[in-house]
This record gives sequence, structure tokens and C-alpha cells, in this order.
Amino acid sequence: METLQFRFGQGSRPLAGNAQLVGVVGSGNLEVLIEAVPLDGACEIEVHTAAVGFGATWGAVMEDFHARWSLADARISINDNGATPAVVSLRLDQAVESLISPAAPSTGGTP
Amino acid sequence: MDWQTLATQLFPGGHDIVERDNFLSGSAQVDGKRVAVIGTTGHVPIGIEIALAQATAILKTVQEHPGRPILILVDTQGQRLRHRDEMLGINSYMAHLGKCVDLARRKGHTVIGLVYDQALSGGFITSGLIASACYALPQATIRVMGLPAMARITKVPEERLTELARDNPVFAPGPENYLRMGGLHGIWEQNLAQELAQALAECSPEDRRMALGRERGGRMLAQPVADAVRAGGDVRAA
Amino acid sequence: MSSYLELTARQRIPAMFDAGSFEEFLPPSARVASPHLAELDSPVSFDDGVVVGRGLLGGHTVFGAAQEGAFMGGAVGEVHGAKLAGMLRRAIDERAHAVLLLLESGGVRLHEANAGLIAVSEVMRAMLDVRAAGIPVVAVVGGANGCFGGMGIAARCANTVIMSEEGRLAMSGPEVIETANGVEEFDSRDRALVWRTTGGKHRYLMGDCQLLVADDTAAFRAAALDAIADLVQGEVGLTLEGLLAEQDMLARRLQDADGASEPMELWRRLGVSDPAGVPMLEADAFLALAARHRAGLQPAASGTGER
Repeated sequence: METLQFRFGQGSRPLAGNAQLVGVVGSGNLEVLIEAVPLDGACEIEVHTAAVGFGATWGAVMEDFHARWSLADARISINDNGATPAVVSLRLDQAVESLISPAAPSTGGTP
Repeated sequence: MDWQTLATQLFPGGHDIVERDNFLSGSAQVDGKRVAVIGTTGHVPIGIEIALAQATAILKTVQEHPGRPILILVDTQGQRLRHRDEMLGINSYMAHLGKCVDLARRKGHTVIGLVYDQALSGGFITSGLIASACYALPQATIRVMGLPAMARITKVPEERLTELARDNPVFAPGPENYLRMGGLHGIWEQNLAQELAQALAECSPEDRRMALGRERGGRMLAQPVADAVRAGGDVRAA
Repeated sequence: MSSYLELTARQRIPAMFDAGSFEEFLPPSARVASPHLAELDSPVSFDDGVVVGRGLLGGHTVFGAAQEGAFMGGAVGEVHGAKLAGMLRRAIDERAHAVLLLLESGGVRLHEANAGLIAVSEVMRAMLDVRAAGIPVVAVVGGANGCFGGMGIAARCANTVIMSEEGRLAMSGPEVIETANGVEEFDSRDRALVWRTTGGKHRYLMGDCQLLVADDTAAFRAAALDAIADLVQGEVGLTLEGLLAEQDMLARRLQDADGASEPMELWRRLGVSDPAGVPMLEADAFLALAARHRAGLQPAASGTGER
């Protein structure tokens, strides 16, 4: 198992609402927990992954993610079971959309 | 230890237990009282017939001897692995046995489980583990599954599991681990007759196994998690 | 029609409970994960594979749980089991109208071995405590992974089991049996045989499943509402009479099965004239056929919680 941490300062888009969870920790899949947390405008991402040695790939995915959304005061926690970068990006976007969308239920979830 | 030797040590006051197709049944004298005894021997796999036989004996005791304590002697290699048992719903036969034990308990029968040789998973989850309290002899082995099968299903190499089974309480098959995790109330080392008498006297109606697991340091999260869910608070691990 | 089978546990909850009514206990943001999986290099989940909480069902307060089959096969570890047990105990504390369990599980989580086994046992005890408190327990089995092992036993500790044809309810999985005793004993790749042996239609015909519905969330929800409405009118705790009736049914089943090794033979003995056609029947046609032939408790056992 490997733990990776990323931090992006000076985000511009804040989130609001309850914590949301998308995805499940199945083979080739991941779960993303997203919360609005005061972090001096930063976005912090922690990844626990079963696939070891892909730090650079994760870094690239996170850079792209931050370029897309530029979240401020957001904490993202990931449990990954070998998902591809495409699936990771998809889930991250779904996680953000679950908080931004006005009708987000408190126990929703997208596979 | 074979069941006859066990019975002699457990019941110096005498017993009338008989064995038929690895199914034990009868009664015995303990501390001046009559106790019903059911169980298995020969490391028998638990199939639908023997599950039903045990359940039948339990309900018979409830009907004919209100309040009589029941001792379940456990020696099994686990559930029988046959198509026919699944087809006929062995899960239902096992649930039925568990429900009979539970009914007996609620009707005032103290039910004690004793693993005297082997106990595997499905073979004792609805007998020993649903009793008022479960005990074991020190030389007993209690496990969830044999390591080769476990390796195949979990995809964890057998060598790794063997390593873990040596010193990790979650995997090690000894009764000491089950005791530490709260699964067993005690291990009977010496005077079996006395241990039994004491166990019968001590019984509590509540399922305290999570608390025991925490007190003894073998299962630290179960009680705090259940408490947090029950009370709506945070998990406060020790 | 909206498939129940294809939904995650988190999606099944709002599909079964009244809109917006479900409150989750110890949600993922609490991050209470398994303390044992790291030892085996296995990833954890923030909810340890089970959602537990309380909501409204037809306006009544019902406690519930949904197991996530995609995480560790829905199998029960220390935290997962403790969440279930805690929810069941709280249901008693708060005098719930009913408990609804959406089960999808391989049983004891082997990665947590001893802790998982004791946990499943505690869940069974707690389910029976709920019933003893006069609160009905309904189990729903309609997920892709089925309900096996210790949870297959636990399902039959509920008052009522609701299944779809796609659901499977059993003890040992076909692969485990094949590995132990050979492909002649049970060919795990023969899907038709697996479903004839452990699937919803078979369990319904044999009397181990009390309600069978199409794989549709609205149908499952309606069945749960009906089951609960029915159960609250009678005795839901274990009774001697109820268990004697169940014992009688199980003894007769064993007798009637003498010499039979194929499920279709059992259906034939129940009076089904075209057993081979059963798997092909649509839900309504099947239920009409089953009404005439399915096994169950004898009429004398009315008014008890045992079905």
C-alpha cells in the first residue's frame, strides 16, 4: 500500500454542503470522499492506493484536476484499488459535481 | 480427547450420552442437577441431517424439561461441502439450529458450548457461538477456514497466511486468540466438572463478547464502533 | 423498471426508503475503516463496506443497512459487523417500527478471519434480539454477489426474506465446493445449475424465501412495505410453536428429497409439471405456478413470525 499527498494552494472555487462519497473500492475502482474544510484556500488530496510506485502518474492526474476545478478549502480523500488514470479523473469530477450540484443527497453515490 | 474420556471428566456424577453417526445426545448429572447434552464428534462435517438432529434435541429439551441447562459439545471440520446440502438449504438448517438455541436461552435454559477438539466456521457459528457462553479445551483448534482454501479465495499467498497464523491473533487458530477477542468466555484447563458447574452458574443473558474483546485487548474497535453507532457519537478507541 | 442488482449499496438505500429520509450513522466522513486490512496490503473503505442508519419507509421509522458487494465481496469484518450490531441495538433502544437489511455478502471476511467470524455471530444474536423486542426484521437478497456464508445463515434469522430471481442465498459458494470435492460434485461454471441450486426461484419454491419480485427497485420497495405491514400484525419473536413448525417443514423437506440430487427433481416432486421450464418463466407466470406448488409451513402454524 502507498499513501500519497498533494496540496494545491490559492484555489478559487469554494465548495459548500455535506461531505460526499462517490465510487466503491472494488477491483479497478476507487472511492473519493470530498469535504469542504477551511484550509486557507488550499485543496488537499490524500491517496491510499494498493498500486505502488505510480506517484508520478497520480501527480499528473492531480495537476490536471486542479487545473480543471481550482478548488479552495477542499479536502479529498481517496481509497484506490488499482483504477486507471481515466477512472480516477472521472471519479474526482463526479465527486466535485456531487457537491456543486444543488440536489446532492447526503448519502448519494455513483458507481 | 475423545468424547467418552471428555464425558467421564465432565460428569463424574454419571451420564447417558450415546453417539450415533457422530451425533451425541443424552443427559448428565452436574452439581446435583440434570443437564441435557448434545454435540458432534469425529470432526464430522455439519450437514443438514446433523444440524436438524441437534435442533430437534434442543426443542425436545425445551418442551420436556423446562429450564434444564444444555451443553453443546463441539468437534467439527465445518459445514459439509456438498451440492445436495446447498440445494436443500443448509443455511436454513443452520439458522434453524441457531434459532432453537436462542429460543432455549430466552426460555431460561442456560446453553454452554464447549469446543473440545476442532471447530470451523459454519460448523459452530450456530451452535457454540450462539450459546449463552462458549468455552474450549486448551488443545482445541478453532478457525475460520483451512489455509490452502483461504489462500485460494483471498489470493493471499499461503506462505503469508501461514506466517500470520503463527503470531497474529486475527489469524491464529488457538483458543487463546478467541478468548482474547471475546469469542470464548474461558479455556478449561483442569477440573472440567468444576469449570462446567461454574460456567452454568455464571451465565449472563446479554451478549458481552465485544466488551470482553476490548477488555482483553484482542478486539479493540468492535465495541467503540457499535457504541458510536448506537449513541450517535464518535468512535472513541481506548 | 430500474434494476436493483446494478445499484451500489449507497444507491439502494434512497431507492428503498422514503425520499430524503435516510440518516446515516457513522458516515464515511468519520473514516472508521478496517484496522486489519493493511496487514494484507488490501485497500480499506471509509464505511468498511456497509451503510447503516435510520429512515422512513411508508412514513414509519425503519432502521436499515446496505452491504456493498463490490468491496471485499460484501464480507463482514470487525468494523462492518460492529456497525450492523450497533444499528440493530439502536433499533431496539429507539423502538423501531422495523429493520430492513439489504444483504449482499460472502459471509465472514477471510482477511479478518477470527474477528469476522465473531462479528457475524454477534450480528445474528443482535437480529434475534431485535425480533425478541417485537420488531420485525426483513432481509432483501438481490445483489450480484448473493448472500453466502454466515450472512446466508443470518438472512434466515430474519422474519421474511425477499429475493429476486437473480439473487442467490446459500452457505458455501459453488467454487468452494468444487475446490473441496471436485467438479462432478458441483460445477461452479454451470450457471444454470448454480441458480437452480441457490437462486431466488428455487428458494421461493422450497419455502426459504417468502417473497419473490422482479429485479426492480420499486418492486423490492413495495415488497418490503407489504412484508412489514404484514409482520407487525403478529408475533415476530421466536416462539416454540413457530420453530416446531419450521422444524417440521425442514424434516419433511429432507424426507421428500430422498434420492434426489437435482433441483428440478425437487420441483417435480412438489407437483411442477414442467420443471425444465421454470427458469424461463417471467415473474408473474412463475409466481402463479409457485402459488399452486411451493412448499412452506403447514397452515396450522398461523400467527407466528416463522415463515
